[in-house]
Amino acid sequence: MYTIVSKKSLNPTVTQMEIYAPFVAKKALPGQFIIIRVHEDGERIPLTIAGYDREKGTVTIIFQIVGAGTELLNHKKEGESIPDFVGPLGRPTHTEGLKKVCVVGGGVGCAIALPVAKALHEQGAEVTSIIGFRNKDLVILEEEFKACSNHFHMMTDDGSYGRQGNVCVPLKELLEGGETFDEVITIGPLIMMKFVCATTKEFGVKTIASMNPIMIDGTGMCGGCRLTVGGEMKFACVDGPEFDGHLIDFDEAMSRSRTYAEFEAHKREEACNLFKKEVK
Amino acid sequence: MAPKFNMNPLKNPMPSQDPDVRNGNFEEVALGYTAEMAIDEAKRCINCKNRPCVAACPVNIKIPEFIAKVAEGDFEAAYQIITEDSSLPAVCGRVCPQETQCEGKCTRGIKKGCESVAIGRLERFVADWHNENCTEKPTPAPSNGHKVAVIGSGPAGLTCAGDLARLGYEVTVFEAFHVAGGVLVYGIPEFRLPKAIVQKEVDNLKALGVKIETNMVIGRVITIEELKTEYGFDAVFIGSGAGLPKFMKIPGESLKGVYSANEFLTRSNLMKAYKPDSNTPIQRGKCVAVVGGGNVAMDAARTAKRLGAEVHIIYRRGEEELPARREEIEHAKEEGIIFDLLTNPTRILATEENDPRSPAYGWVAGIECVRMELGEPDASGRRSPKVVAGSEFTIPVDCVIMSLGTSPNPLLKATTPGLETKKWGEIAVDEVGKTSLEGVYCGGDAATGAATVIAAMGAGKVAARAIDEYIQSK
Repeated sequence: MYTIVSKKSLNPTVTQMEIYAPFVAKKALPGQFIIIRVHEDGERIPLTIAGYDREKGTVTIIFQIVGAGTELLNHKKEGESIPDFVGPLGRPTHTEGLKKVCVVGGGVGCAIALPVAKALHEQGAEVTSIIGFRNKDLVILEEEFKACSNHFHMMTDDGSYGRQGNVCVPLKELLEGGETFDEVITIGPLIMMKFVCATTKEFGVKTIASMNPIMIDGTGMCGGCRLTVGGEMKFACVDGPEFDGHLIDFDEAMSRSRTYAEFEAHKREEACNLFKKEVK
Repeated sequence: MAPKFNMNPLKNPMPSQDPDVRNGNFEEVALGYTAEMAIDEAKRCINCKNRPCVAACPVNIKIPEFIAKVAEGDFEAAYQIITEDSSLPAVCGRVCPQETQCEGKCTRGIKKGCESVAIGRLERFVADWHNENCTEKPTPAPSNGHKVAVIGSGPAGLTCAGDLARLGYEVTVFEAFHVAGGVLVYGIPEFRLPKAIVQKEVDNLKALGVKIETNMVIGRVITIEELKTEYGFDAVFIGSGAGLPKFMKIPGESLKGVYSANEFLTRSNLMKAYKPDSNTPIQRGKCVAVVGGGNVAMDAARTAKRLGAEVHIIYRRGEEELPARREEIEHAKEEGIIFDLLTNPTRILATEENDPRSPAYGWVAGIECVRMELGEPDASGRRSPKVVAGSEFTIPVDCVIMSLGTSPNPLLKATTPGLETKKWGEIAVDEVGKTSLEGVYCGGDAATGAATVIAAMGAGKVAARAIDEYIQSK
């Protein structure tokens, strides 16, 4: 069993948890992911690692409540535990040798972009962070990003906080202004990453996108996480989760990601109703 | 007095669920012999001198001896004889291809019109009888002070672990999933191998002192090198099984509703998506195409049938060439699976919806195939299939399951410097399972590519012996 050491609500739909998993904490690196199960007979949920503390033996996860599993996880309290927590899985982010990087995060994807920005900052790279959210209420990790960025851009779709517009707006301005980066690293909704990659492609800036497709085992067995990258079939769990964003078939990935959308929504509602009954 | 031998030329038939009932449920198809049937069947063994069955068994179970005990009605003694050589009798009695192994060589089956002794059914009976009637757990052997790590808890790993534990080794099995059993729990469906039976076999190993650590992806969380240096294991056995599923590289394989057999079966078996209240989604297709003709294809097809679909098996060769066990093919046919033989898919067709935002966009709508004919046998003796020109046709399906085999898992190769692999990525081993690294052994699908449960068990057994010799000679 893996104990929830701390729990914090970052916004109404996003929660941060620190979980005691010393074996995983010992090896975790930015860009890798873990898989959890919230209860016996529960689904296996892949979540990218948002942080780790090797001395305390803890791993931090930040998740958005989307299906029944994350709904149930969100109802777990500090001190309670979950039966399964496996990782670190996937290949770590390649940060070696990067001197000037733009990190573009969107929504809950910012949680995963943060450790990447931190790692780059710690190795002395010049970090430009662009983070975007739908509105002010959904903003997370602003201070944390500022602390590890040389240049910081906050965007909201409705303009209720920071600048109005999506993350591509400042990115395009920077590139048009002659700014150069060794690499752009983008993590967020598929549609956002698609447009970030389209923007940077125009300027020939290498771009890495972190993919979070449907997955079961996470170890290279089921093939559920397959993607088309450069016309070839790749498996996010063992070949990724990060890929050359200019080669990813985002339209296909978006279509596949919606395979169980209806089922998830239905199951989440069921889980919610379960809690409503408990409260009564 | 009853005659010593039962000279009936045919096996006692296996009591089974009616095909039209069982294709709507996930309960076990074969119900097992009664004690009377088992004793009657055991008497068909004439205890012949050559014992060809023993030599044909990958783990050399002392078959005539255990059958003699069954004939006497001493089922527990029979169980003890089997477990001297096999760690998983209840599993093997169900899933071994006996017809090409022990039963294939049985003296009683040589004459035309005669059937072999039903060795597999007897093994299953004995193991089930023991599990139902004996509450006594095996006791651990005294420790010899040596530690062995086993990676993977499938048939190879469990066998290796059991054999080493019996010799006094302190064995820890590392499993990546949240539950032990490997392919026995994620791959083989409940109706062919109830998971409670696998759990019982795993519990028996735990009683022998074997430790099982789930959620441990060796290579990532701990490397093989660290197992030996930091964690003090004297030897490591790799039984990590097969890896990435193969696809055909035809258009449409990324459409929603296309699964690998591994994914489809894992969702249903391990994640219990077959249960109506499961939290794991699975597509319950109206019409499903399963591409491939092996045992895994049969399992996927029969699972899809039970989830309510019309199911087509699409295979490019003919009936004779189907690689699945005869019994599995017969079961599938009885249950109403349609076999489209000498047929090969050319592309998977999508729903006619051009708006990517529409929920109807990007789903499977059909599978386009061509007819095949078999040419002359090639150098390997297999008749290779050729396309019949102009024979394109479409089967309207809403789900496609690709069951074309797997390629070895790349994880350990990528994280273990010096671990040599063969052309397709299988871990290179000698005849006793020794790899290129000292003290590291491997067996089962990780070394051979996809094969059978019993072959993996055999490899686990051979490696256990080699690991014992290696540690004792240090």
